[in-house]
Amino acid sequence: MTQPFYVSPEQLMKDRADFARKGIARGRSVIVLGYDQGIAFATENPSRALHKISEIYDRIAFAAVGKYNEFENLRVAGVRYADLRGYSYDRIDVNARGLANAYAQTLGAVFTTESKPLEVEIAVAEVGASQDTDQIYRLSYDGSVSDERGFVVMGGEAERLGGIVREQWRVGLTLAEVMTIAVGALGSANPDNGASDRTLAPETLEAAVLDRDRERRAFRRLTPAVLGQLLPSRKPEEG
Amino acid sequence: MRGDLPDRLPAAFSTPGSSSFVDFLASYAPDLLPGRPQVPGGALITVTPHATTIVALTYADGIVMAGDRRATMGTTIAHRQIEKVFPADEFSAVGIAGTAGLAIELVRLFQLELEHFEKIEGTLLSLEGKANRLATMVRSNLGLALQGLAAIPLFGGYDLHRRVGRIFSYDVAGGRYEEQDHHSVGSGSVFARGSLKKLWTPGLSGDRTVEVALHALVDAADDDAATGGPDAIRGIYPIVARVSSEGYERIGSDDLARHARAIAERRAQQPERGSAS
Repeated sequence: MTQPFYVSPEQLMKDRADFARKGIARGRSVIVLGYDQGIAFATENPSRALHKISEIYDRIAFAAVGKYNEFENLRVAGVRYADLRGYSYDRIDVNARGLANAYAQTLGAVFTTESKPLEVEIAVAEVGASQDTDQIYRLSYDGSVSDERGFVVMGGEAERLGGIVREQWRVGLTLAEVMTIAVGALGSANPDNGASDRTLAPETLEAAVLDRDRERRAFRRLTPAVLGQLLPSRKPEEG
Repeated sequence: MRGDLPDRLPAAFSTPGSSSFVDFLASYAPDLLPGRPQVPGGALITVTPHATTIVALTYADGIVMAGDRRATMGTTIAHRQIEKVFPADEFSAVGIAGTAGLAIELVRLFQLELEHFEKIEGTLLSLEGKANRLATMVRSNLGLALQGLAAIPLFGGYDLHRRVGRIFSYDVAGGRYEEQDHHSVGSGSVFARGSLKKLWTPGLSGDRTVEVALHALVDAADDDAATGGPDAIRGIYPIVARVSSEGYERIGSDDLARHARAIAERRAQQPERGSAS
């Protein structure tokens, strides 16, 4: 039997991380932001059927970037996890932390034991009674979890877009204000490429909110018509 | 399938292909399904609370469903405030007669089944699809039903494709029957149905339909000991819900009190006619 080449664990993990990162970077970014009445989600996605943002449970939503089949699988697992938990105990006993932990275990296990890590990055958000009790968890391909305050940017240009959002976001903004920030960031051009900023039309966006004031199921998709009203008019007057 | 790999969500959670929560539960945690514990037969009817009369009727914009608030255990009143009419989802309602414990569990699972499908598929089930799903769930309870623990639902909703209200009734074997105009299930259903036959007319207004539904329950309570009428002293009124293109809406107790008073006054004016006014 031939002896396999020795690969150091550091190299192995690095190769896997690079592979996953490359896959994730190919996709468009998703931005999750807290606002005074809830949590908003936005991404550039022309498809009306293949969602990157979805409802998991009454107060919990899910957003993902990366390979569709992989995060779709995680989303379905999340819905089953949450529904099973709510059915065995009570609806109030389903929380984002438990779900984030289950996802983290799964992502981590796949990263270390399978031949290929999952090329996904996901956010699990739970809307609370006020903006300080909102929770947003960001989960990476390797199973690492971070509890983010206020907003999360994931996907290809997460660093750059995160910088743009960080400059403008603060506690207590309204939905229209956070959507304007998110859509502005998604349409902004990378200065290294020399391209100019784009103004994204509502039809090319996928957006949703977890609305604090809604009874029971807080998740609501924002249709292009609603988005059009929230965003500043598309052709700002010159000068 | 349970716990095949210890460090991640079990494989059943990510098996593709099914949008049904009941199927998932049956494969992953079958002991959580209602009606699973098989019990020895006998006169269980006297030791378990029974929920009684449900009526449903169509009107111009959809359906109205109503259920009284009494649960009985043999000849005793077990509960005065039990709820037997529930929103199944945004555009449908389900009412249950029979063994209360099983019935409430069945409704919980049915509500979850519809919501689960909606979340996984991103779209609502058709009204027929919901009715068929409920039939399967009723059929799975057949073993217990034969031992005296039957739970029979009455299902109704607004059909978003045909734009009408529709009502479905069931038998213990899971038979599903679409009903025209109105229907009633439970111990007082014979009397309620007689009342509905006299009071229901095509194209009733929403408000009048609520009154007709309430009146049918009053008539059922008049002749059936297991059905409770409106209780003005305690302020306990039947659960009445309206389902139209606007969605599920529960009628407030102020409206119900007003209708209950009107019915009582009409009956008082013509006492010789009993409850058949």
